[in-house]
Amino acid sequence: MSRQHIISLLLENEAGALSRVSGLFSARAYNIESLTVAATQDPTLSRLTLVTVGSDETIEQIKKQLNKLIDVVKLIDLSESFSLERELILLKVKKSDAMVQKIESLSVESSARITDDTDGYLIIELTGEKVWLDDFLSSLADEVLEVVRTGVVGLSRGERSLTV
Amino acid sequence: MELSGGEIVIQSLKDEGVEYVFGYPGGCVLHIYDAIFKQDDVKHVLVRHEQGATHAADGYARSSGKPGVVLVTSGPGATNAITGIATAYMDSIPMVVITGQVPRPVIGTDAFQEVDTVGITRPCVKHNFLVKDISDIAETMKKAFYLATTGRPGPVVVDIPKDITDPNIKVSYQYPEEVSMRSYHPTVSGNIGQTRKAIKLIKEAKRPVIYSGGGVVLGEASEELKQLGRTLGFPVTQTLMGLGAFPGTDPQFIGMLGMHGTYEANMAMHDSDLIIAIGARFDDRVTGKVADFCPHAKIIHIDVDPASISKTITVDVPIVGQVKPILLDMLAQLQSLGETFDRARIGAWWDQIDQWREADCLAYEKDTDTIKPQFVIEQLYNVTNGEAFVTSDVGQHQMFAAQYYPFDKPRRWINSGGLGTMGFGLPAAMGVKFAHPEADVACVTGEGSIQMCLQELSTMLQYDTPVKVINLNNGYLGMVRQWQEFTYKSRYSHSYLEALPDFKKLAEAYGHVGMQITKKEDVEPALREAFSMKDRTVFLDFLTDTKENVYPMIEAGKAHNDMVMAPSSKYKRILA
Ligand SMILES: Cc1cc2nc3c(=O)[nH]c(=O)nc-3n(C[C@H](O)[C@H](O)[C@H](O)COP(=O)(O)OP(=O)(O)OC[C@H]3O[C@@H](n4cnc5c(N)ncnc54)[C@H](O)[C@@H]3O)c2cc1C
Ligand SMILES: Cc1ncc(C[n+]2csc(CCOP(=O)(O)OP(=O)(O)O)c2C)c(N)n1
Ligand SMILES: [Mg+2]
Repeated sequence: MSRQHIISLLLENEAGALSRVSGLFSARAYNIESLTVAATQDPTLSRLTLVTVGSDETIEQIKKQLNKLIDVVKLIDLSESFSLERELILLKVKKSDAMVQKIESLSVESSARITDDTDGYLIIELTGEKVWLDDFLSSLADEVLEVVRTGVVGLSRGERSLTV
Repeated sequence: MELSGGEIVIQSLKDEGVEYVFGYPGGCVLHIYDAIFKQDDVKHVLVRHEQGATHAADGYARSSGKPGVVLVTSGPGATNAITGIATAYMDSIPMVVITGQVPRPVIGTDAFQEVDTVGITRPCVKHNFLVKDISDIAETMKKAFYLATTGRPGPVVVDIPKDITDPNIKVSYQYPEEVSMRSYHPTVSGNIGQTRKAIKLIKEAKRPVIYSGGGVVLGEASEELKQLGRTLGFPVTQTLMGLGAFPGTDPQFIGMLGMHGTYEANMAMHDSDLIIAIGARFDDRVTGKVADFCPHAKIIHIDVDPASISKTITVDVPIVGQVKPILLDMLAQLQSLGETFDRARIGAWWDQIDQWREADCLAYEKDTDTIKPQFVIEQLYNVTNGEAFVTSDVGQHQMFAAQYYPFDKPRRWINSGGLGTMGFGLPAAMGVKFAHPEADVACVTGEGSIQMCLQELSTMLQYDTPVKVINLNNGYLGMVRQWQEFTYKSRYSHSYLEALPDFKKLAEAYGHVGMQITKKEDVEPALREAFSMKDRTVFLDFLTDTKENVYPMIEAGKAHNDMVMAPSSKYKRILA
């Protein structure tokens, strides 16, 4: 059975480290749904979070293969722990009274807000779990002119953390 | 000590204890070559093609256990080396490949002879580095050797831009004594709890098989494997990469397993209730149809690479770590059990195996006028007393060498298993000769393969590395022809090699001895004559039976108990 996993890793902050990770996924034909990476408070380390889908065996291999990369310092499968996951979405729509109303009504449940209002166009910003974002996006359906998503990031809750 | 970048590269090799560098010069490595010129501790071997350099370094590594070292220029030098790097990668061979790179200021500008070497090699190396600062060279070299030789070994590429090797820029040099990397901690000893579980399964086993592989050779654990085998009295089969770790002439050895394995080895795997996999990676040539692999067996798997475990076949008791300490630990636990393990304990199983052995699956037709390739290998074994280092290329001749030359020692059988690289055999033989100058070295090859790295005959003359080339010339890309016979109704599409050169003359043109052997009765005398010429490379062109096939054979997607047997074998097809 295929399941979605959020894998988070600490990576040496070196040129080429990211391509080792993405290259692994293409070379071994693993799925990659989203990938996001940036430096941490320790500038020698980056934190990379990726969302992938696969059977238990495939996910196990993905984790082993990732761990085998010399630039990967540590890895955690957030889907296996009690974790908090978030993604940010920005989307552009044409401004109208109906639209503003619609967003206001949606924002009651979703914390979406209008962040920019320029020349008759709105940019809406929403942070949340991936599924909320999916729902929000589909509720605006055809009216969305442009959309950008950051991909999922996450942390495990409580004491457990991914550190060196 | 103040040294230039070029000098640091060479001094690092010296401090690493490197004897030979196999290489080829070019623009971006000229400063490094100048540093080579000014010393004689590290000896450079000038090959004729960068692929040859990588295979020679590989042969040197496989036969000695020490890392092979390669030096090539940027661009075409690096791309020519790729096949050899990938070959070493697939078989987990320790190798350090130094590639020149264009000067830092022009990287990324499509400069003359620029390729993204780190990018191109990434999928076929254990790790690679682009050195960006002269003061990082020594430490990077240390890391490269450390990574190449520890854990699961493999090739490491160090890409060095020309400007940081400039003779006019010097920095103080000190080779690091040790190196540690926070992201790399290969496991050494196994988990005791897991070995205990393994021992429990071993005690209960009625139809056990030890399936050992290249990891035992790489991990220098041949003695421990022999001890384990003999302590337990279990049958032992080995992969193509494992041959020699357990003696091929030992009565407990039941032959190689897999696609061209013996009938008894494959049948034993199929009927086994306990597989002890040691440094083997369940390759598809070995497992055949995965769904039908060892349907009745529990599996213990010892491997240093966690990613090898349960990759294609799910195992019951994984033990991650170096084979050697794990086998020693198992031997100690077995001893403290105070139980007797011997052949008799699993007598019924050995009776069954002996019955399978009666199939005589490696029998081949002997009353023929033609020279059978199997016969040549058998005679090679006799003439060299089974003591030679044998390298091979890829094809039917490779399988015949594996089947008919039983190796009693590890590191004697040198071949490209994982990538299956035609062209590997000759340069690898040269590399072996550098590591073992006094030993008999034979390169078993075919008229197809030998033409893929033939130019190294010239290097072999220059450096005086006498090798006996055993060319099993069947006039076909035999392995391809065999598949076409079996699966394409003998439509021999482009598997016939026309316009072959006169190999005897060709060898002579390169300054070596050439022989052509066309009669069966000349096979042994020719081999004797060739091996008596200790200081000459002799090219023996054996015109063999053109239509011989390799048997037994498990066709693609079939199970272990579904083998095509040789026409001359006692059992035809599927006995089970
Ligand atoms: C034409 C052709 C036909 C072939 N037919 C066959 C065939 O019939 N039968 C066959 O067996 N092969 C055959 N092969 C070879 C096959 O493709 C594989 O290369 C081979 O089976 C792999 O051998 P192995 O499992 O021993 O693994 P290797 O590739 O040798 O890998 C070694 C394993 O051991 C581990 N390891 C390494 N060092 C250590 C250590 N120190 N401690 C613990 N573990 C370690 C590694 O992580 C790895 O998992 C054929 C190849 C060709 C080209
Ligand atoms: C570089 C490369 N190209 C193609 C192949 C596919 N291949 C495998 S065996 C073989 C035939 C080898 O012919 P030859 O060297 O004459 O050996 P024979 O099988 O006849 O003994 C070929 C083409 C390969 N293994 N390597
Ligand atoms: Mg041939």
